[in-house]
Amino acid sequence: MNRIDQLFKKKKKNILSVYFTAGYPQPDSLPVILSELEKAGVDMVEIGIPFSDPTADGPVIQQSNHQALINGMSLTLLFNQLAQIRKKISIPLILMGYFNPVYRFGIEAFSLKCRETGIDGVILPDLPLREYETRCKPFFEKAKLHNIFLITPETSDSRIHEIDTKTSGFIYMVSSSSTTGKNQKAKDLHKDYFERVQKLGVRSPCMIGFGIANRSTFRQACKYANGAIIGTAFIKALKKETPPEKTIPEFIQSITG
Amino acid sequence: MTTMNYQVNEDGYYGKFGGAWIPEMMYVNIEELRVRYLDIIHSEEFESEFRQLLSDYSGRPTPLYFSHWLSEYYHTKIFLKREDLNHTGSHKLNNTIGQVLLALKLGKTRIIAETGAGQHGLATATVCALKGLECIVYMGDLDMERQETNVKKMKMLGATVIPVHTGNKTLKDATNEAMRDWINHPSDTHYIIGSVVGPHPYPDMVTRFQSVISKELKTQLAEKTGSEKPARIIACVGGGSNAAGAFYHFLDDPEVELIGVEAAGKGIYTAETAATLFVGSPGVLHSSMSIIMQNKDGQVTEPYSISAGLDYPGIGPLHAHLCKTGRAKYLYATDKEVMEAARLLTQKEGIIPALESAHALAALTQIRFKKEEVTVVNLSGRGDKDMETYLRYFGY
Repeated sequence: MNRIDQLFKKKKKNILSVYFTAGYPQPDSLPVILSELEKAGVDMVEIGIPFSDPTADGPVIQQSNHQALINGMSLTLLFNQLAQIRKKISIPLILMGYFNPVYRFGIEAFSLKCRETGIDGVILPDLPLREYETRCKPFFEKAKLHNIFLITPETSDSRIHEIDTKTSGFIYMVSSSSTTGKNQKAKDLHKDYFERVQKLGVRSPCMIGFGIANRSTFRQACKYANGAIIGTAFIKALKKETPPEKTIPEFIQSITG
Repeated sequence: MTTMNYQVNEDGYYGKFGGAWIPEMMYVNIEELRVRYLDIIHSEEFESEFRQLLSDYSGRPTPLYFSHWLSEYYHTKIFLKREDLNHTGSHKLNNTIGQVLLALKLGKTRIIAETGAGQHGLATATVCALKGLECIVYMGDLDMERQETNVKKMKMLGATVIPVHTGNKTLKDATNEAMRDWINHPSDTHYIIGSVVGPHPYPDMVTRFQSVISKELKTQLAEKTGSEKPARIIACVGGGSNAAGAFYHFLDDPEVELIGVEAAGKGIYTAETAATLFVGSPGVLHSSMSIIMQNKDGQVTEPYSISAGLDYPGIGPLHAHLCKTGRAKYLYATDKEVMEAARLLTQKEGIIPALESAHALAALTQIRFKKEEVTVVNLSGRGDKDMETYLRYFGY
């Protein structure tokens, strides 16, 4: 069974997923970040594939993408690093990024490499439904890769139902209509949107992301979904001069402890 | 070749190029546009206001001018389509008038735009002033420096110009920032893309608004030459909006040769170029599958051209399709060739062209003309905005 499915089978609430950009802050940060996140009790990780033009991201993740590219990160290097560390990590791993680097790598080659290195799912926000079905689905399914779709507060009920049937693994609920990293207070989270999705009775598990930055926003989001995803706040924490072995447990503790 | 189709299909594709590679955060806005744009722009009310503004406000039809000097120099007949004589100094106003009217029909109150040379930003700020709409223009820091006069004009028109400091600080980066703005303002904002790039329906919508150029050409050529068909049409191409407009009504007539001219910068064998079709490969940038400049890892590379309006690492999907099918031919001109062509037109015809438009003029040296045939050069803009660059280059 896909590790994402296993996770949602055994844990229904308060699932914590963390996003970070591969190749940031150091070219070889990925293995130690993954180990520390698992050790700290994170349930799932989204590994960002850096891209030159991250149009859905705010300044912090733009900067981490930019630095990662300067550090020489590429899909080839990312898969090499993953192949080394995967044996020691058992939580589900997702690759998240923009379509062009995947397209350039080759969709079939990418799927095979994901399978080889133990990737469980893929989130490509600029890959629309129709393009996914015609170009990617056969390869992703063969590699047992979940392809996770996004919804936003603007997404209509009927489209949420459609996405619910087409997504695999879970639905990524974008908390507000914004790029990543917009600061939000827990009380400002779109409660009516979360409740609307709850009432629709979707079959897929839901994870809330974008603007989840601390304990209070995490807890608030977890009331309405199976869990939440933290990205920008974690990237910011990594920026500090302290080693990840110290930063990461402290950061995770500040969210879940 | 006559059986080829050069219109966008239902899925937003020209052959293999195009589509709407958008994140879900842009879906509602793009879907609203896709569903409504054709009905709106074909409505009688829209058409009549659009036509009236083009004529009374922008000064259309723009003249078709027979250039004695160029014709003699190249031993042929060369006409200049004077898009430089539009209000605000370029063809860009055709599109911004259309999109502002469309935005009003969609009930939008806030307009955003990206700009490179500042011509699209200026055209957007102008129509927003006319219609009383809030206007925010994203412009690369480097371009703000290169095109300072346009920045000042936009500010005087009441627009907010936001400098973009990422990447090369040029057009690509300004476009990224405008897209982020739109994601963050999903309900009240319309994004006026300035070229035939971006997700469907933008390439088709902008092409339609610019197609007034080729529509006028047909009538004017018939009057002046006795035939509405020229032997060829030449236009510069960055994203490709003036070329798309100049080609549009001739696309299905294979007797008319269509030539686009890209900016080679310091040469296509150097890293400092913006000749996307010569150095690029298929990829997705700014929500459209087209030909883009990228490295082996699919990272978009930084373009270079002396002209801020052509300094873009992609090209509209229509042009990628016209290139791959052979319907249009694409050439390139280097900075040096462009400066010389601009100097000649200025001193022999008394017309100072925009750096962008001078690319089309520079490519004339690469064409074998017949004496009696008619060539149209689309002179997309005037050179006022480029005076600093010209003065520095020529040392006047």
